[in-house]
Amino acid sequence: MWSFSNIANEIHTWLSSQLPPIWATIVEMVIAGVAVIGLFAILGLVLVIMERKVAAWIQIRLGPNRVGPKGMFQSMADTVKLLVKEGMTPNGADKLMFNVAPFIAMIVAMLLMAPIGFAKDFQLWDLNIGVLYITAISSISVIGILMAGWASNNKYSLLGAMRSGAQIVSYELSAGLAILTIIVLTGSLQLSDIVQAQADGWWIFKGHLPVIIAFLIFITAVTAETNRAPFDLAEAESELTAGFHTEYSGMKFALFFLAEYINVFIVCAIGATLFLGGWMPFHIGNWEGFNHVMDYIPSSVWFFGKTFFLIFVIMWFRWTFPRLRIDQLLNLEWKYLLPISMINLLLVTLIAILGWHF
Amino acid sequence: MFLKDYIKEVAGALKSLASGMKMTGYYFTHHKEIITEEYPDNRNSLVLAERFKGEVVMTHDENNEHACTGCTACELACPNATIKIITKFDVDEATGKKKKALDTFIYHLELCTLCNLCVDACPTGAIKMAPTFEHSVFDRNQLTKKLNNPGSKIRAGVE
Repeated sequence: MWSFSNIANEIHTWLSSQLPPIWATIVEMVIAGVAVIGLFAILGLVLVIMERKVAAWIQIRLGPNRVGPKGMFQSMADTVKLLVKEGMTPNGADKLMFNVAPFIAMIVAMLLMAPIGFAKDFQLWDLNIGVLYITAISSISVIGILMAGWASNNKYSLLGAMRSGAQIVSYELSAGLAILTIIVLTGSLQLSDIVQAQADGWWIFKGHLPVIIAFLIFITAVTAETNRAPFDLAEAESELTAGFHTEYSGMKFALFFLAEYINVFIVCAIGATLFLGGWMPFHIGNWEGFNHVMDYIPSSVWFFGKTFFLIFVIMWFRWTFPRLRIDQLLNLEWKYLLPISMINLLLVTLIAILGWHF
Repeated sequence: MFLKDYIKEVAGALKSLASGMKMTGYYFTHHKEIITEEYPDNRNSLVLAERFKGEVVMTHDENNEHACTGCTACELACPNATIKIITKFDVDEATGKKKKALDTFIYHLELCTLCNLCVDACPTGAIKMAPTFEHSVFDRNQLTKKLNNPGSKIRAGVE
């Protein structure tokens, strides 16, 4: 059957036959980089229009409906608008930091793409500490936000950046503990191993209630980590006039905007990989016939289906819940999510040791 | 005891969040009723709320008669001098007495905040708010309007 892994292998063998190994590797890296940037562009366009349509439908509106069929080219028109706008740098700003910050946000998002398995045997870099890599790199994103907020020389930007720092640092903990539950069950940090461990059922079904609790905590924590409503104090359009990217315009703003959506995609992809089996089709134990039927759906469809389902859930959160106050935000993390996820982790460890999971 | 309250609180929070998501999920899956208007497209069939306040108009009946006595109550009620009333003296044909009447009702839409105070102040119900909103013009002089129709006069019996 047609699949991504065949394409990757064919390109690899063809390049190896044409070029010396070192050049083949370099050309492959360039191809991967271009593919990632292309994926970013497509994801940006798709997610923005998806967000606006979901928002409109939830609020009983129509949403964008002027550009293209049913308004589907609206985000493209917006991109063209942002491209031709002037990228201003305020007079009092720290020029270097101000201009570098959007790129840091984007580079972090790009680095996070590396260990994600998009389909069966289709992964940029299957390193053996994949999950650790992801949690480590995703903490860097706060640097981009803090740089942007500090360099803007604007009180709203600075306040937004400080809130964002407090928020990301604290929610990283419960996200990490939620991820750890799956590591405990799988016994490996490698993402391909984690996916393979779910061949007879996804963890969310195999791991009983504790994994469902871990999944809920994970979704809450990553919503906070990506600075999305109801945890969008860092941006807070209505009170901080967009927080850390108040002073940004044109393409520099577009990079922040894109990085936000890419981050949403990435955390949902990680969530899908850890809890919903990544590219693994829906398998139930030893039901061979059922499992074979499910295998006919391509693995990339499974992966993107799960990821977009989680993205939809996060958008659903955004258009349902009101924004938290900063003290409520930190209360939620330190008094509720963290203790619950610690006890939950102990429970999961017990389950893993006694082999109670399916 | 503390633990019991804690768990109760978490369960209550989850329940309230779920009920909120159920509501918005219902709206998302039942995409029928749309509360917004596709304005320029449905210009001819546009339905506005009855209480919509677009501009002040003076009501005239079929005989081109209005109910304005020229008492200037609206002019006094207006907080930003939107209304200017010019009065004249009519001679009553039956008794030969002079009587104050409306000559010109000048309304500056460009100054109006649509606060409805003039309509409330009017003792005879001569003016009301109209549901029109396409007021943009190239010359702001056109926003200064004369509300009483040419040749109109006060309805008999309105004091």
